[in-house]
Amino acid sequence: MECQECHQRPAALHFTQVINGNKTEVYVCEVCAKEKGYMTYPEEGYSLHHLLSGLLNTTFESKQNPSGSPHTKEEVSCPQCDMPLSEFKRIGKFGCSTCYETFSDHLDPIFRRVHSGNMTHHGKIPARAGGNIRVQKQVEEYKEELQRLIKNEAFEDAARVRDKIKELEQQTRGDDK
Amino acid sequence: MTLQQFMNEAISPWMREEGPDSDIVLSTRIRLARNFAQYSFPIIANENDLQHINTFIQQEYEDQSFQDYRNFSFVPIHNLTPIERRVLVEKHLISPHLAEKNQASAVLISENEQVSIMVNEEDHLRLQLYFPGFQLNHALEKVFELDDWLEEKIDYAFDETRGYLTGCPTNVGTGMRASVMMHLPALSWTKQIKRMIPAINQLGLVVRGIYGEGSEATGNIFQISNQITLGKSEEDIVNDLRSVVRELIEHERNARNHMMEQSITRLEDRIYRSYGVLAYSRIIESKEAAKCLSDVRLGIDLGIIENVSRNILNELMVLTQPGFLQQYAKKTLTPNERDVLRASLIRERVQLET
Repeated sequence: MECQECHQRPAALHFTQVINGNKTEVYVCEVCAKEKGYMTYPEEGYSLHHLLSGLLNTTFESKQNPSGSPHTKEEVSCPQCDMPLSEFKRIGKFGCSTCYETFSDHLDPIFRRVHSGNMTHHGKIPARAGGNIRVQKQVEEYKEELQRLIKNEAFEDAARVRDKIKELEQQTRGDDK
Repeated sequence: MTLQQFMNEAISPWMREEGPDSDIVLSTRIRLARNFAQYSFPIIANENDLQHINTFIQQEYEDQSFQDYRNFSFVPIHNLTPIERRVLVEKHLISPHLAEKNQASAVLISENEQVSIMVNEEDHLRLQLYFPGFQLNHALEKVFELDDWLEEKIDYAFDETRGYLTGCPTNVGTGMRASVMMHLPALSWTKQIKRMIPAINQLGLVVRGIYGEGSEATGNIFQISNQITLGKSEEDIVNDLRSVVRELIEHERNARNHMMEQSITRLEDRIYRSYGVLAYSRIIESKEAAKCLSDVRLGIDLGIIENVSRNILNELMVLTQPGFLQQYAKKTLTPNERDVLRASLIRERVQLET
């Protein structure tokens, strides 16, 4: 069924209006429903971010207000960008990279829900900014490979991997100075 | 490359090449969200900082080349008219969100339009890389190289436990959104896709229409992408997506074969009717156009319609969007005027082929 207002989009909403006892049926699409005032939205649409800030709020409330007292004490704000905790809760977005530290106590439950239980990054590490982390991960990978090779008695290959590990470890030590 | 060239061609140069499985997969895209460590994110950053980033990107990367991605054009958003912005959105070179920005936002586009880097969207940088057909692993390899090249000069916001830090918690970790644009007419007609979507969602993947979040699957074009960005490596994410897309390709091919065997006349009738509408109509709405284009494209893929190029779907889907039509007409058009112009452009294009 097409929308009665624009005759372009399919009708997504069905309203029954009763005005002075006269019943009328209205079929409209979401866009027209909003434009013609069939429906009022408190804010623009309902996006993932609203869902997110909903998530954030429940997390914070259960944490902060166990007694149900309405006032909160000193609010935490990000030292870098001044984003207050309440604003982060409201918009569900970070203001800067430091926010991740500032609000770190509250993040695990959110990440867990948004990313199917995951809270830790396992992926690309930037070459420069990641510097030592990248090398450390590489070393870990080599060590696992080394164990595998020893188990399979591939000693020649194992020796080669061991040398690679040594080389990388020296490199990181050099960087620390 | 001038802005005019981005505006005039409906089809990006990279789309002219045929990729793997291109009877079903139109394109592969990988997007990375990256931020500068030292500045606040665009949502609250002051104008000065954003301008700083903008100028930095222009100075360092305008007219530069990286591998096949040559002569980057730097396009400030505030220089564009509303219609031009719309055209870039319709070509998927910028997001609707970036199109609404004014000061201190820009896009860097390579000559072949394969790379577009949005500056000061929700994150400081959003790198997008496109490939024709189904090429997820290759795209990942290439986007990593592009990312490393940018990182030579930029200090990224990165944390050992949380990964790449982004404005929105939904992008943190890899900051990566990999997506595959698929033409699935047979699965749509047989309503099989409706049953498959919930299962796909359970794997942490999302199915959307051609113009992203909230958009309908016009022209039976579906976009499949990953939802989760934290906790899985980019390779794992891409491999999961790849196996689901493989599966969909398989099902779509089976459904097509089944239709060919069981109801060839009905199928031909539908395809030729749509062809007739495209070739002769005088007024056509975008939705009807999309439906007919999908039918004709299927006809081409099945060998029912010959001598029409496959690109007709990709090209006319973009060319007949409201922004593009108005760019072509060089003025604002009412919906009715657009329907007339759309019909005449399609007729021209279809007759050109025969």
